[in-house]
Amino acid sequence: MSRIRIPPMLRGEVGGAREVPAEGGTVRELLFDLMARFPGLRPQLVEDGEIASYVNVYVEGEDVRTLDGLDTSVDHGSTVILLPAMAGGL
Amino acid sequence: MPNYRELLQQIKSEIDEVDVTRARELLAADDRPLVVDVRELDEWTEGRIPGAIHIPRGNLESRIEQAAPDRAQPIFLYCAAGNRSAFAAKSLEELGYENVVSLAGGYTDWKRSGLPTEVPRTLDGAKRQRYSRHVLIPEVGEEGQLKLLDSRVLLLGAGGLGSPSALYLAAAGVGRLGIVDDDRVDASNLQRQVLHSTARLGEWKAESAKRTLEELNPDVEVVPYIERLTSENVERILADGWDVIVDGADNFPTRYLINDAAVWHDIPLVHGSIYRFEGQATVFKPGDGPCYRCLFPQPPPPELAPSCAEGGVLGVLPGIVGSLQASEALKLCLGVGEPLVGRLLLFDALATEFSEVNLRRDPNCPVCGDSPSITEYVDYVEFCSGRPTHA
Repeated sequence: MSRIRIPPMLRGEVGGAREVPAEGGTVRELLFDLMARFPGLRPQLVEDGEIASYVNVYVEGEDVRTLDGLDTSVDHGSTVILLPAMAGGL
Repeated sequence: MPNYRELLQQIKSEIDEVDVTRARELLAADDRPLVVDVRELDEWTEGRIPGAIHIPRGNLESRIEQAAPDRAQPIFLYCAAGNRSAFAAKSLEELGYENVVSLAGGYTDWKRSGLPTEVPRTLDGAKRQRYSRHVLIPEVGEEGQLKLLDSRVLLLGAGGLGSPSALYLAAAGVGRLGIVDDDRVDASNLQRQVLHSTARLGEWKAESAKRTLEELNPDVEVVPYIERLTSENVERILADGWDVIVDGADNFPTRYLINDAAVWHDIPLVHGSIYRFEGQATVFKPGDGPCYRCLFPQPPPPELAPSCAEGGVLGVLPGIVGSLQASEALKLCLGVGEPLVGRLLLFDALATEFSEVNLRRDPNCPVCGDSPSITEYVDYVEFCSGRPTHA
């Protein structure tokens, strides 16, 4: 099991939780496990079966696009961070 | 026990001394030594060997490691006549420095031989007092403070992030602050936008900011731009000359626009963003790390990107993130430390937790990549509203 950090703008879809546990050995398995339980997340995370271009996914601090994308393996107990762009400054 | 003269003779016999002729050769060589003036401040302010740094004899042992961390670094010491620098050379040898010379005859002989000198710029008494806590820091010092007074920082937004950034940059004595903001002070701003006040309701934020900042520090010139940054005015605003840009914008079009402009003008961009209890900060330094488009090639669809106006923000959060941006901007102006290049700092005020993720330059980035496909300003509003449609 790994922990997925949910950004504040997506917390409404997961009942307000800051972190949600998910099962899987790859980013794909983790995200699909997460989206199966919280279907409202799907359009916010995935486009055409790939990670949406406006969301970054980090496994242990590394962007999975610089690793193996959705196939990036995730060790048991890792922290996965979902990070959509935020514009706010004012 | 030896008397002073005997001790001096003994020390001089144990160190390497060079005369003015040899000194001139050493300082003209490609592997020029670090030139350290060990005289007192009043002597230094009257003139020095060009390129020298100033470490008074009394502080030499405590400060030299900062200036020359490598013990193999060649060091050239001088004082007024070559006596204090002889003792200084002995001390440095005892600290393990391997290649230290002292100028026999000192600055007096150097100047008498007609070799070049310069009168260093110094802080006047009032500035020395105002910035004394900076001057005391070895990484800043008088030289660094003079650099800050010569620095020019452009702030996008005089709002949540811009307020603390601008206040601390002005207090630090950054000589010129540009503020781009086309908005007026509204009551709902005052919960976090500490540049403004109840009495300023309805005023242009850029004007209100100018008054607050110039009252805080009259050394600072504030240039207000009461306009929204657009493809049409960005070149005019950047032509005023800026060393660092602090991005505290509240919308994606401005963020993509300033990113592209910063890449093309080779200006470091200090990024910050906030939402509810969470903030992010990083530095996009062209040629030295990723840009905003490497991090987020596409803005999210508007319905997935609520602004603070829609989602709210803890009032103090921009205080923290904006202050981090000011700290990064000051480091960039001074050229010290490790800026947040290639690292995105995440702050969660609810958990009181800082974390960091690594950012990498995308060689396929359309703006800063190896073969850029975007080389001029686009319509950023359209770019951020119209997502490409997917089958």
